[in-house]
Amino acid sequence: MRDVAVLGVGQTKFGELWDRSFRELGIEAGLQSLVDAKLSSQDLGALYLGNMASGALIDQEQIAPLILDVSGLGRRHLPAIRVEGGGASGALALHAGYLAVASGLYDFVVVGGAEKLTDVPDATAAQITSSAADQEWEVVFGATLPALWALIARRHMHDYGTTREEMARVAVHAHEMGSKNPNAHYRNRLTLEQVLDAGPVAEPLGVLDCAPLSDGAAAVVLGPMELARKHTDTPIRIAASQVACDTMALQHREQLTRLDSTVFAARRAFDQARRAPADVQVAEIHDAYTISALVSLEDLGFVEKGRAGAEFATGRFAAGGRTVVNPSGGLKAQGRPFGAVGVAQVVELVRQLRGEAKDRQVPGASLGLAQDVGGTGATSVVTLLERAN
Amino acid sequence: MSVPRFWRETPRRYNLGGSKCTTCGTVYFPPRAVCPICTSHRQSIEKMVPYQLSGEGEVVSFTVVHDAAEGFEMQVPYALALVRTPEGPTLTGQVVDIEPEAVTIGLKVRATFRKLREEGASGVIHYGYKFTPLDESGILPSARGPVGPVPATDAPGADRASA
Repeated sequence: MRDVAVLGVGQTKFGELWDRSFRELGIEAGLQSLVDAKLSSQDLGALYLGNMASGALIDQEQIAPLILDVSGLGRRHLPAIRVEGGGASGALALHAGYLAVASGLYDFVVVGGAEKLTDVPDATAAQITSSAADQEWEVVFGATLPALWALIARRHMHDYGTTREEMARVAVHAHEMGSKNPNAHYRNRLTLEQVLDAGPVAEPLGVLDCAPLSDGAAAVVLGPMELARKHTDTPIRIAASQVACDTMALQHREQLTRLDSTVFAARRAFDQARRAPADVQVAEIHDAYTISALVSLEDLGFVEKGRAGAEFATGRFAAGGRTVVNPSGGLKAQGRPFGAVGVAQVVELVRQLRGEAKDRQVPGASLGLAQDVGGTGATSVVTLLERAN
Repeated sequence: MSVPRFWRETPRRYNLGGSKCTTCGTVYFPPRAVCPICTSHRQSIEKMVPYQLSGEGEVVSFTVVHDAAEGFEMQVPYALALVRTPEGPTLTGQVVDIEPEAVTIGLKVRATFRKLREEGASGVIHYGYKFTPLDESGILPSARGPVGPVPATDAPGADRASA
């Protein structure tokens, strides 16, 4: 297996982009990443595209060849492959691209992630969000994806004393970070009271505990480390890319408040990279719901089980803290275009590790972690990125 | 959800029919074809036998849903819970006949056969289990009435099927 580096990154603005089509978003992110990597399309070996629900959202399948085609690469007859894993689709596509380059099958690949949620009404998009849960044994009985996360939240409060205020701080943090990101869906700051007073979605979660429905796309160019210096002065090495899965339905989990897919993906990733959670200076994690961020911080190994809420309140995950979490604004503020999320997390980490993150730069960051989650954790992908010097 | 897709699961959704691994004794709901915990995974193939749940259980977590799932819009706010059964499996379902705010972790409940939702313009009606407090003094007066056991056959005409 060869070492793999990220050579270029691209990302569209995230948000309610009424005037932009799925195709336009895909083209913009992909071409940006190729330009950033100084890569001729002649050198490209394949395209991997993470997407969760294009069939339901825009009545379009075969979107990988579609994006290849509209990006002007159709006549080269490259392989273009869509990858799906609910909300973790983007990072799963990255995993596929990573394996392809590491194996030596291709030298350079583009990994994209794209989702267009606002071409359907909000209520429809919300139902499609819940299709990452088990339709037959959860949704049919009245569950939604936020309701399932609310079940995790209630039990976490019961078992560990986590409070509503501790959860709400995650959303306040996300918007503080998002205020510095020009690509973010939301750039407004929130107060604790605003989050606590927002209308309920599924108690204890309110509207502002939940990430929005966003459009957006992101892309990265991957290549072998041995050729990386021709393309960039600051290649970012993929130190680990690991996937783990768990039961589809929350009701079958061994522990309601633990995401075993994240536990296992993180453990495998730290083993692969021979690093530990304490080595990570910057992390992009799954804050689709405030509770999902807290549970993730525990299961990634940053804090002991049950302690994330209290630790979050100390500021250790804020700017200047030991591990800066979601400098992009996360899913909560930067936005949540399902398939684009995992790729955008890597785009943000690459900018951080290159030292190009401007106002939101984490000083001296050399190791970054991304965690992408599908549904209530049937799929987790953990990626470790490090600045190669 | 299409009619056949719903219909083919009715034996489980109406009657709480699970399965049991005859190798290790673990009970599953919904039934599984293969036992995930047997160390000799393959040995459980064709060793799973039907197993009927009693329908009793205890709330291990709950939420009050305000932003409803499709087809549940007319029921908000409703309590949704994870109910752990004494046989082992945990089920997801609504807790009814009680104010949603009165649901607590630890509440003892039992399954009852109810209408779940009506779907689409064709109005296909889905039936299945919901949960009601085991202690009848916890049941809202308006919801009291002849409560029978979970019907053993398809009985979509149950008179209290509107909850």
